[in-house]
Amino acid sequence: MAKGRPIRWHIAVFLAPAVLVYSAIMILPLFSTLNLSLFTRAEGGTAFVGLDNFRTLFGDPRWSAAFWNALGNNLWFFAVHMLVQNPIGILLAALLSSPRLRFSAFYRTAIFIPTILSFVVVGFIWKLILSPLWGIAPNMLDMVGLKSLFAPWLGKEEYALTTLALISVWQFVGIPMMLIYAALLSIPDDIIEAAEMDGITGWSQFWRIKLPLILPAIGIISILTFVGNFNAFDLIYVSQGALAGPNFATDILGTFLYRTFFGFQLQLGDPHMGAAIATAMFAIILVGVCIYLFLIQTRLRRYQF
Amino acid sequence: MSQARQSPARSLAAHAVLILWTLIALFPVFVTVVNSFKSKRAIFTQPLALPGPDSFDLVGYQTVAKQGDFVAYFQNSLVVTCFSLFFVLLFGAMAAFALSEYRFRGNTLMGLYLALGIMIPIRLGTVAILQMMVATGLVNTLTALVLVYTAQGLPLAVFILSEFMRNVSDDLKNAGRIDGLSEYRIFFRLVLPLVRPAMATVAVFTMIPIWNDLWFPLILAPSESTKTITLGSQVFLGQFVSNWNAVLAALSLAILPVLVLYLIFSRQLIRGITAGAVK
Repeated sequence: MAKGRPIRWHIAVFLAPAVLVYSAIMILPLFSTLNLSLFTRAEGGTAFVGLDNFRTLFGDPRWSAAFWNALGNNLWFFAVHMLVQNPIGILLAALLSSPRLRFSAFYRTAIFIPTILSFVVVGFIWKLILSPLWGIAPNMLDMVGLKSLFAPWLGKEEYALTTLALISVWQFVGIPMMLIYAALLSIPDDIIEAAEMDGITGWSQFWRIKLPLILPAIGIISILTFVGNFNAFDLIYVSQGALAGPNFATDILGTFLYRTFFGFQLQLGDPHMGAAIATAMFAIILVGVCIYLFLIQTRLRRYQF
Repeated sequence: MSQARQSPARSLAAHAVLILWTLIALFPVFVTVVNSFKSKRAIFTQPLALPGPDSFDLVGYQTVAKQGDFVAYFQNSLVVTCFSLFFVLLFGAMAAFALSEYRFRGNTLMGLYLALGIMIPIRLGTVAILQMMVATGLVNTLTALVLVYTAQGLPLAVFILSEFMRNVSDDLKNAGRIDGLSEYRIFFRLVLPLVRPAMATVAVFTMIPIWNDLWFPLILAPSESTKTITLGSQVFLGQFVSNWNAVLAALSLAILPVLVLYLIFSRQLIRGITAGAVK
């Protein structure tokens, strides 16, 4: 192959900057984080301890309680997104894609606005709105006669996490909406016309014709939601602080990693335990991505138009 | 067309649902911006009213102007976002061109390697990234942020741009080669101008998470002189938590530039999402 053929240097020149930056800042640190989790601090440096950090993380009752609490909360955070965000996104997309809908560009633009705001803004705005001090939320509930339902949701252990998950749903519903909307637009007209010939219209057309066709898009949204949720940090940190109060009720893996790595109040930061938690998160995300790639994506039937 | 068969009742219901969600989406932003122009008493007595002649007050903005160094924060964010964007687009387009244009051993493997970063978040490497930045003395510099965001943005940029570059006509490039243009000139003179719309899409996708990120500024560059607007407003909001005028004014100031940019580029963004998903 190489015989008589000059080395095409320009390929290397085109690839080099991207590959170098990406490898040095992303891939290398990722693996050296995995590696760091096998060491611990010792006098005058670090010492190799094998899997001891993981034994502490899963074996020591204080660590393991915090870890399972964060993982459980994270699973609930993800479940709320799957059960609320994605169905609402699909509903909005189905409505938007109906032909001859007026103002659809306006709706699309407006509904996507929360998605572009930063977590700092979103977390704080909702903190203000839900605050009993300001009274916007109780007053609005009063207007519909439901004032008795009001509680300081962000301050109660049993509601805080769900409230935060719903705030995150409010912010990100635009993404599933847009992706499903695009998938619905790409369904060819003749399929829809054929369905109408057979008398399948309206919602039954959506359930029986369109939904099976957009399943791959729903799969992509699910995996994006999964990776995003198990990597989340900002919203909780901004609205509940690094301690993820009340009483760690809103602690998820991202805040747990941050606290462990940097320390808080009396506990000193520990990069090696932090690396161990990051490794556990890496494993969880990897398992999720593999389940999607090998179990779900291969079974979804793709239709060639 | 047969699709015109939309009963008025159904389209009314569709509008009702969409209007309801539009209100839910815009209400918090609306409340924040409106109340930032009111006096403290009016914020609490009539939170939903528009600012009138007797309730209009700019005291919140005055506090922000006096206390926070928002102009500097804004500049930092702008510098970080622009440089990262420039490197992501340049390096991403170059790599995408190499992957889509030439056949060489390891092409597919290289594509997969670069696409790995779409699924695996860069934050998981934070511990080692911080150590590396400490070792190279880049902690508390904007350079550290630019490097991290460039690496973060590259995978998606390479992926999207190589999809688009596959569609650039071969005849055009071969005509250029016959005219004696070098491969570099073909890339910069012929291909780059043709994929400009795709570049704009990638730019919007790359920009929003960089501008809004809190994690890396908090960890890599928390010093006063390198704070980005996101970190700066987070710290400011924490300090002024009981000064409602100042908090609302700071929030409005954080919303406005992003909102204006979004309204300018929203068509590009939406077209990008729809084009990407069709594949």
